[in-house]
Amino acid sequence: MMSQRDPQAKWRFFWSVCAVVCVIPLLGIAHFEPSLLLDPHNLHVMGQFLIEFFPPRIDSEFVALLIKATLETLAMATAGMALAVLFSAPLALAIARNFSVSRIGGRQGRVLGKLIRSALRIIMLLLRGMPELVWALIWVRVFGLGTAAGVMAIAFTYSGLLAKVYSDILDSSSSNFAQALLLEGSGRIAAFCYGALPECSQELASYTVYRWECAVRVSVVMGFVGAGGLGQLMDQSMKMLSGGEVSSILIVFLALVLFADALSYIIRQQLK
Amino acid sequence: MIENTVPLSNRLSKREPIQLCFKCIFTLALVLLCVALSFWSLKLDLGNLFSFQSLREIRNYALRFSPPDVTTPFLIKILQALIETLAISLISTSLAAILGLMAALPAAGKLGFVPKAVSRFLLNFLRSVPELVWATLMVLCVGLGPFAGTLALALHTTGVLGRMFAETLENQEPSSLNALTLVGADPISAFFYGTLSEVYVQLLSFTLYRWEMNIRMAAILGLVGAGGLGQMLFYELSLFHEKQVSTIIIAMLMLVMCVDYMSASFRSNQRKKS
Repeated sequence: MMSQRDPQAKWRFFWSVCAVVCVIPLLGIAHFEPSLLLDPHNLHVMGQFLIEFFPPRIDSEFVALLIKATLETLAMATAGMALAVLFSAPLALAIARNFSVSRIGGRQGRVLGKLIRSALRIIMLLLRGMPELVWALIWVRVFGLGTAAGVMAIAFTYSGLLAKVYSDILDSSSSNFAQALLLEGSGRIAAFCYGALPECSQELASYTVYRWECAVRVSVVMGFVGAGGLGQLMDQSMKMLSGGEVSSILIVFLALVLFADALSYIIRQQLK
Repeated sequence: MIENTVPLSNRLSKREPIQLCFKCIFTLALVLLCVALSFWSLKLDLGNLFSFQSLREIRNYALRFSPPDVTTPFLIKILQALIETLAISLISTSLAAILGLMAALPAAGKLGFVPKAVSRFLLNFLRSVPELVWATLMVLCVGLGPFAGTLALALHTTGVLGRMFAETLENQEPSSLNALTLVGADPISAFFYGTLSEVYVQLLSFTLYRWEMNIRMAAILGLVGAGGLGQMLFYELSLFHEKQVSTIIIAMLMLVMCVDYMSASFRSNQRKKS
């Protein structure tokens, strides 16, 4: 029998033991106590809650509330994206290397241009580095509970993100039409409209639509920190432990995400 | 992300120049209408949002965040929360990898049709409920703290990894498995030495990729009470300790950037090797 043994068995055993030894202290840090799951009190509360999931609550009063929250969520994502596009387009144009007039040469201000560009890049990094939910939490302190905070959160995070990707798209275009126009002395905006937009517009639009889909996903959960929409409704129902409401909200949640998924897929297919 | 391998002349010759057609104008108008409707329905007044007064309020509020609190005891607390965040992400990802593999076997159709349908449905359900929703549910289930976050991430990640694993197993050529079975190996060791040994590199790379995302997620799950940096941020913000909050935000940014940088360099290394 010995000859049939796995020749690597010793090493496999050794590495498994190493992994387990490393993970054990982490279990303590994360307060990993599976026994909590089987605690009779917890089981009772959770059981009651889950039993109430069936049937989902669908009386007309609650459905009206649900529809309102769903529309609010969609509107939040759309408005946030619109603001983000508005903010990010000039940012992207300012930092795209293809549109650097000083880099082409012949004009002054190379150092200044570089400085402004790096400063804008750092601002973008900060905008998109902070998670949307943290932004939302902070905007809630400024604007109070409600959708305004969610819109601003999406607008800020996504303008950083969009500006980065837009400028990448503009830079990666292999043609030099925009640079040629700039060399001939045209303005930056004209060079963008006639030199870059015809080539990149599909890519730009399809990325924007994809990001809109992500914005819908995020604005669904944005309400957990008080920024309105479906999440806020869910948070309230969850705190009151009314399982029927939670289950119908969950269904709408999933349907909304699927809808955004499908819509963005269809639009992007059209753009190809 | 952006591939530009096709020479420009090819692309230009293949693609018709886009005219401003009726369809484009119609779509543009529709998009603008939707945007306008959104602003209108939310009763967002842009002029009000960016008015002089509200900008001054924003500035005043932003000023309360500086300077960040960098006293040693607070930094130690942040370090603890950081380690907690990493622990949550690591444990939940490993748990999810194990559970995902267990669910992937039936989902790849190794045990017949009914288990396949059931496990697919289960994995899809786990995957499509967002981490934050799982986290609020788990907070109800086991109370506030990092354990809730670990469970929430593990549940969602099991759904994602299980599906990825199942697809990998399904696409795997069964030649080695068949060879081992033909010479008389029992099904379990045939699976371990015939299939798993061939796909485990790929499974590991999926797991690492999810770990990267989970680190980021673990940092914000705390906003609903599931431990780590996020819980600390929520706590300090509720007490109006803005200076502490700005330190936590800086720590979060550093964590995210570190993860980004490491995964980018890891990936470019991998690309060089292959």
